[in-house]
Amino acid sequence: MTEPIRLHFEVDGENFASAGAASEAVKMRLKQIGVDPAVVRKVSIAMYEGEINMVIHAKGGRADVAIWPTHVELVLSDDGPGIADIDLAMQEGYSTAPDAIRSLGFGAGMGLPNMKKYSDEMKLESEVGKGTTVTMRINL
Amino acid sequence: MLGDKEFHTVRLDSDRCKGCINCMKRCPTEAIRVRNGKATILYDRCIGCGECIRACAHQAKRAVYDPFDLIHDYEYKVALPAPSLYGQFHNLDDINVVLEGLLKLGFDMVYEVAQGAELISDFTRKYMAGNPKKPVISSACPAVVELILIRFHRLKENLLPVIAPVDVAAKLAREKAVRESGLPPEKIGVFFISPCPAKVFALHRGLGADANLVDGVLAESEVYFRLLDAMKSVKNPRPLAQCGIVGIGWASSGGESAGVLRDNYLAADGVENCISVLEEIEDEKIQDVDFVELNACPGGCVGGVLNIENPFVAKARIQALRKYMPVSKNNLKEVPHEKDFYLWNNDPEIMPVFKLDQNMFVALQKMQKVEELLAGLPRLDCGACGAPSCRAFAEDVVNGLVPESACERREKKG
Ligand SMILES: Nc1ncnc2c1ncn2[C@@H]1O[C@H](COP(=O)(O)OP(=O)(O)O)[C@@H](O)[C@H]1O
Ligand code: SF4
Ligand code: SF4
Ligand SMILES: [Mg+2]
Repeated sequence: MTEPIRLHFEVDGENFASAGAASEAVKMRLKQIGVDPAVVRKVSIAMYEGEINMVIHAKGGRADVAIWPTHVELVLSDDGPGIADIDLAMQEGYSTAPDAIRSLGFGAGMGLPNMKKYSDEMKLESEVGKGTTVTMRINL
Repeated sequence: MLGDKEFHTVRLDSDRCKGCINCMKRCPTEAIRVRNGKATILYDRCIGCGECIRACAHQAKRAVYDPFDLIHDYEYKVALPAPSLYGQFHNLDDINVVLEGLLKLGFDMVYEVAQGAELISDFTRKYMAGNPKKPVISSACPAVVELILIRFHRLKENLLPVIAPVDVAAKLAREKAVRESGLPPEKIGVFFISPCPAKVFALHRGLGADANLVDGVLAESEVYFRLLDAMKSVKNPRPLAQCGIVGIGWASSGGESAGVLRDNYLAADGVENCISVLEEIEDEKIQDVDFVELNACPGGCVGGVLNIENPFVAKARIQALRKYMPVSKNNLKEVPHEKDFYLWNNDPEIMPVFKLDQNMFVALQKMQKVEELLAGLPRLDCGACGAPSCRAFAEDVVNGLVPESACERREKKG
């Protein structure tokens, strides 16, 4: 296979209820391909955290997924406010989420650390005022 | 027929089927296709939830169960009524009237499934204390267990590996019948009165427990009409009932949980709600919950398709019946304490029915083709091709089950 399966999702920043729809769709496909459930779990958690971040911090964005025979590549990009201090953002428990979001159970500051934990490679690129792109690779 | 792997829960009455696609659109596992104007069931995907029976306005989808007259093949007949049965009767204020009615129908002994349920509640409390993988997911609804086995493979290890209340009741009832009748076991017929086809299926095939625990499974709806008559002549019922509030509580959603834990539980009912809860557990979005009770039917077993009464009316009636009952009646002398009595001895297997291919590389290539095909489909999910969604249609085409031309609305190439 020289070309992977490519999937594209627009992640709606206005709609909390639909956050997670893209990771759900990816999970369904990985199950149908017969990917090891433990790996499916890593992909869904990592992707869901990325989706939620775009919804709560960047008013939405895009998710591009490529499924290769050897790995899954997830690219989550947005045109939101960007992250000024990436090292700080990567720390467990660090969050700038407002109280209203926390009361919904989000904003524990574990999203980026979990994305790092559940992926085999992760790259976080961000420019203040321009947006953020997270690229993750998870081996099958 | 018992123990038959080919046993099916739902059957199509072809003459009645109009090919309207209502059932196909409602099936939660996309197990129905309409071919040549008639519905067909992909049985490997069927979980026995009864949604298609609810959806069909033409009574073309039929639940499969055993005929009532089967009881006459046995010298000593035992009835195992499900707790939901008690909610079917108008103006009933005493469960004993139902139990006496069953005896008048020709049964020699009645053993309430609610009794089995109370024993399982006790056992589950002990099991929970042993620090199992959380959340523990109830295995009482066979449609939910089947759903996990076909679609949520990783959650199988969260299932409570305990046999169903009817299995417990069947084992204890048979022992008691042998003792009381002095007859050899083969002369004793044990019959479950079921609220749903899922339980018919589970008992016939064996799900967790052995397949031969009962001799037949009767439909609540069929027994109901016979019972109505029989109950009219019951004047002074004897105190036969052997269960309490905990046991009959299992008839509706939340009842099982209430018998296990005070809090930290979640109870959901209706198959679509069960699916969304399972998705959330799988994604580890549900935390701080120790026990999850899922019932495929709306309202719980009172909502099973073999009931007569509206599930909410039945639930209200059962609540009213509880007023005169003790909390639980587990003072049985024959109460078994060893855990092997309760634990699964027939471990159910995962069934990867949604996999596009057993070989992952081939499955990937098929998925590639599905996505390509899908890009050329109108995404109307109109059902005119006989598949429940454009995606399901594309999968069927890739699996060689239907030609691409079955979709009239696709973009035709070249
Ligand atoms: N896509 C994004 N756009 C802008 N800021 C982000 C984005 N993702 C994360 N951040 C910043 O990084 C912080 C830490 O993110 P995370 O670890 O996911 O925790 P949480 O989302 O719970 O706040 C966020 O509070 C936010 O300030
Ligand atoms: S609902 Fe299904 S079984 Fe009933 S008539 Fe329509 S297609 Fe046939
Ligand atoms: S909820 Fe109860 S009645 Fe409905 S399918 Fe499950 S076990 Fe059967
Ligand atoms: Mg986050």
